[in-house]
Amino acid sequence: MDLASAQVIGAGLAAIGAGAAAAGVGNVFGSFLQGALRNPSAAAGQTTTLYIGFAAAELLGLMSFATAMIILYAR
Amino acid sequence: MAAEAKIDPMQQFQIMPIGSDQLVATPFQFTNSALWMLIVFAAILVFMWGGNRRQLVPGRWQVAVEGMTGFLDNITRTSIGPEGRKYLPWVFTAFVFILFSNWIGAMPFGIVPGLHPFTVTSQFSVTLFMSLLSFAIVLGVGFWKHGLHFFSLFVPHGAPLPVKFFVAPIEFISFMVRPFSLGLRPFIAMFAGHVLLDVFGNFVVQGLNAGGPLGYAISMLCFVAVIGVSALELLVGAIQAYVFALLTALYINDAVNLH
Repeated sequence: MDLASAQVIGAGLAAIGAGAAAAGVGNVFGSFLQGALRNPSAAAGQTTTLYIGFAAAELLGLMSFATAMIILYAR
Repeated sequence: MAAEAKIDPMQQFQIMPIGSDQLVATPFQFTNSALWMLIVFAAILVFMWGGNRRQLVPGRWQVAVEGMTGFLDNITRTSIGPEGRKYLPWVFTAFVFILFSNWIGAMPFGIVPGLHPFTVTSQFSVTLFMSLLSFAIVLGVGFWKHGLHFFSLFVPHGAPLPVKFFVAPIEFISFMVRPFSLGLRPFIAMFAGHVLLDVFGNFVVQGLNAGGPLGYAISMLCFVAVIGVSALELLVGAIQAYVFALLTALYINDAVNLH
């Protein structure tokens, strides 16, 4: 296998992480909604925590994107 | 029929000097990045000055500015505590700069021929510098207030000694990675969004070039997708600015209050 095709395959494999991060971010917001609909009065105070969780889950997806780009465009 | 329309989504991130097409190895060149940074700065100035009227019954503009300052004041006060006011200037600066450069970079200025909008935050050097500044503030405040006692940040309270022994290096690594993760977040969010927009925009043009009912259908579909992604991009730009401000405030809180 030559380098170019290996790069493309590797970038595609690295992009799987973006889907996993999508599941993670969806889980963060979904769980927040579950809790917030049961106790709406407590939800407003927890948005900060919500966004911290969102940022932590999202970062790994962004990193998988960065990895894919580095693999694809690295010489 | 366009010949060989090659998709090169990376071209939009190239830093080029204004007026020529060659980067020369001199440190002083007025690049498109510098130009758009100035435009962002001018937009922020106009926004803040326009809302700085101090009327008793505020107009819409003043409400926008006051809402933004109140929002960030709230972030610093709730996450740092009563002395969070001192750190509001940097948190506010970071938030407003990231928000305005994200949004100005996502505006469709490209419909004017020859005008190439440039997202300042799509360069890692810019966002990394901002996050390193946050990190420097954390280190400075921590060592200034607590001296060498600042290192107790890495050691959990009340844990048995073997656990402390294991957790301290992990905490240290997670602390040292913070500036990179903090700077990477706004950068990659903008970068990925603009690559996506570029790819869908290319599909629109290629569908039109291919012609036929299928080509037009694909072109139409991708045009709708471009609109959706643009809206998402505005949302993501705001969220990333908020996350940067929030995490900066939380990291400063670590340094001020030490757990």
